[in-house]
Amino acid sequence: MIAAGNPAVDNAARPLTGGRRFSLSWLGAAPFFAYVGLFLLLPTAIIVIGSFRTLDGSVTLSNFSGIAKPFMARAFTNSLGVSVVSAVGGAVLGAILAYAVVTGNPDGLLRRSIMSASGVLAQFGGVALAFAFIATIGTTGFVYVFLKSHGLDIYGNTVWFYDPPGITLIYLYFQIPLMVLVFLPALDGIRPQWREATESLGGSTWHYWRYVAGPLLAPAFLGCTLLLFANAFSAYATLSALLTNGSNYVPLQIQALLTGETQQSQPGLAQALAVTMVMIVVVVMSLYTMLQRRTSKWLR
Amino acid sequence: MNRSQRLKLGIFRVVVLLLMGAFFLMPIGAMLEFSTRGNEVTSPRTLDAWVRIAQTPGLVKGIYTSLELAVITSLGMLALLLPTMVWVRLRLPRISRIVEFICLLPLTVPAIALVVGLKPLYIWVNINITPSVLALAFAYLVLVLPYSYRALDAGLAAIDLKTLSEAARSLGAGWGTVMLRIIIPNMPSAILNASLLSVALVLGEYTVANLLNFQNLQVEIAYVGLTDANTSTAVAVGALLLAFVLLMVLALVGGRLQQQHYVPGQRA
Amino acid sequence: MSWRYQIRGLGVAVATLLLVAACGSTGGGGSASCSESTAKTATSATACGGMDALVTAAKAEGQLNVIALPPDWANYGAIITAFQSKYGITVNSANPNGSSQDEVNAFDGTSNAPDVVDVGQSVALANTAKFTPYQVATWSDIPAGAKESTGLWFNDYGGYMGIGYNPAKVPGGVINSIQDLLGSGFKSEVALAGDPTKSNQGLNGVIMAAVANGGSLDDVSAGVNFFHQLKQKGNYVPVVGTDATVKAGQTPVLFEWDYLSTSHGKSVPNWKIFVPSTAIIGGYYSQAINKAAPHPAAARLWEEYLFSNEGQNLWLKGGARPVRMAAMTTAGAVDSAAAAALPAVKGTPQVPSGDQTTKASQYVIANWSAAVS
Repeated sequence: MIAAGNPAVDNAARPLTGGRRFSLSWLGAAPFFAYVGLFLLLPTAIIVIGSFRTLDGSVTLSNFSGIAKPFMARAFTNSLGVSVVSAVGGAVLGAILAYAVVTGNPDGLLRRSIMSASGVLAQFGGVALAFAFIATIGTTGFVYVFLKSHGLDIYGNTVWFYDPPGITLIYLYFQIPLMVLVFLPALDGIRPQWREATESLGGSTWHYWRYVAGPLLAPAFLGCTLLLFANAFSAYATLSALLTNGSNYVPLQIQALLTGETQQSQPGLAQALAVTMVMIVVVVMSLYTMLQRRTSKWLR
Repeated sequence: MNRSQRLKLGIFRVVVLLLMGAFFLMPIGAMLEFSTRGNEVTSPRTLDAWVRIAQTPGLVKGIYTSLELAVITSLGMLALLLPTMVWVRLRLPRISRIVEFICLLPLTVPAIALVVGLKPLYIWVNINITPSVLALAFAYLVLVLPYSYRALDAGLAAIDLKTLSEAARSLGAGWGTVMLRIIIPNMPSAILNASLLSVALVLGEYTVANLLNFQNLQVEIAYVGLTDANTSTAVAVGALLLAFVLLMVLALVGGRLQQQHYVPGQRA
Repeated sequence: MSWRYQIRGLGVAVATLLLVAACGSTGGGGSASCSESTAKTATSATACGGMDALVTAAKAEGQLNVIALPPDWANYGAIITAFQSKYGITVNSANPNGSSQDEVNAFDGTSNAPDVVDVGQSVALANTAKFTPYQVATWSDIPAGAKESTGLWFNDYGGYMGIGYNPAKVPGGVINSIQDLLGSGFKSEVALAGDPTKSNQGLNGVIMAAVANGGSLDDVSAGVNFFHQLKQKGNYVPVVGTDATVKAGQTPVLFEWDYLSTSHGKSVPNWKIFVPSTAIIGGYYSQAINKAAPHPAAARLWEEYLFSNEGQNLWLKGGARPVRMAAMTTAGAVDSAAAAALPAVKGTPQVPSGDQTTKASQYVIANWSAAVS
């Protein structure tokens, strides 16, 4: 009598007047939309509109053609390169770590501590992370000094610490925990019955991964990699804290253009850079959302 | 799984956990080491830098400010997001995609770009609402949306929202009662999760605060780092450890709470 | 958060009472007293009812916003502490890492904006529209070339650009010429103490490198080129050198003002400073008051303090050369121990004019990123 689906129950909790119900329902979501409209959509609109204007207000595409110049284009290749490598590296290593965690006791201390640590480290960045890595593998860092004293000079002729390879390594520090956080639920969705079924059909571990778990996890893995890419591409605090005297990455270019000399500052160009960044990340995040939806069918 | 497979898995786990553990603990160890260095190269280890945290007014103020911001942001996030998500699930399922998209939007607009758009807005906020640093909570709430949304969404998906709310409503409960006494107690771990992700983000936020000329914890750490790198590092690693401990405690507490919540189909 | 409003409201009421009381007590024969509106446009202490009225008005405001003043920069830490304890005014010090350009960028019309700034020549010259004129009590002691005639900006202290270094990290333990820095023993060691596109100190580092490499005050391309070569060789560190980076060993060779270099002696034993004999570049910083200063009376009081004997001597203690030094030496008011401790200058210093600095700044802004990224 009280099961869901019974029309009496379905209608019981709803207001009786049909027309007012519609507008009342929208009111419920209004505060959220108002807030987000003011503090998220409005600033975004300001940037988008500003990127098409010159300093005196006329409409122009010159800001976007300014991006195509070789120096700016190199900022994009640097940013994209670091983001791709740290995303793929973080995804692979994070997935491995997540697997090592998920195969243990689900209520155990190890899993809880790693999840807590991941939650904290995924947000770690900026000055503290820069300090930490300078103290570890910087030219006076203890790991570098230790290895050098044992004959292994990881820098050799060029100190790559401040170059894209060094930045990529530092980014891994928060990319791997982020991967653990977002990929572990997908791994959780794997049922042990699938493994048993594979074995009872005569399959080995390889068969299990290649034909069963792999394809099921692939959308989630790909989606999480895309998320990591977006995360790295948008990251600013660490770059700004480490490369305080400038280097060619898109977020740093934006900052330089916005806070530079007024005569030289070109807010339109900065906004165009920002809009391009946003477009790239929007594409990536849309793919991510689509993949997440596919994943949820099997692994919820 | 047979014995050899179990053994291989065991070895795999140990190796992975050891290597990863080393990778993640070394920089933190380096920070701890740096923060306990003495003044000269040959001085003994000392906790002076840690003691100086309490004696540096800027740092103490920064810690309080960021903690206040974390609490305000978490509560604000819950107050704004949870009722909206419940409402959307129950009454407006068609716009759930839009809400999800909007909540993911902050991940696609880099903070450095968002701040450009926020600057004129904050001039207005400074004059008309409050010039206090706590106004940063407005921006932070937007920044935490993606993470909190996912956490709350997972929690809402795990409970049978429709049945619970309709049962309560048909028994005469108002929406307030439904939220406070039915929904919230049934998703404690999701709420804690969302709150803690917010706390972690706020404690670690630097870009928006600095470019809007506010002083929060990370900005103060950078400031102190100019003259007293040891103390600055001490605060940074302290904040990290504190956040970790908080998350651990609430993971354990959340686990215990999880066992108490109503599972549809089970007898009470 | 309503209790905050109540406390603010109470504070405003108390401040108003104090102002009224102050104006009441200095009323009588005096000129316009230092009310809030008068303080906003007062061009000297006398225009604001005299020093005492100014002090009272400033105390009523209770706060002062400053920006980009690291405590170890020319002894600003001691200056801020002394000012705070002398007048009981809280000094809010924002963005100590900030460059001169960051300082004027912070003029955003809010109550968090800085009241006063301490900026390099080119930034001062480019932003006079944002300043309000003020002439300190000791105005006549400042040489004519070191101030804007109405008081929109006025030089405060200066020094010479040098290359500070840690001898332990440098091949041979000593730097004899700027070209040494291009050698292979300097991998990832050479840094500037500021971003030359925004920071006066960074800009002067490039100017010094230009002059030392055959360029001149009018043509700094040699300087930008020098850093480009440093970058190619992997010797350039893309990090702004600060006390922390020196201590951590990140920037063992640092282009910075001589008065800042001396403060590293406590972090790094034997820290030395090299100034190329052919390129002794001097530079002064300039004070200016924000036209829209949230605390106009406190801002003016701060300027009075900085240009008093006490303030100038504190800068001298920090190793900088205060602008009133000549006048103070004649009057016997200078701190002779600190004066004697200043690093000696052998050779003829060159000080870029306002035009030369502006031109150099424009060149650097246009070409720096491409050269060192």
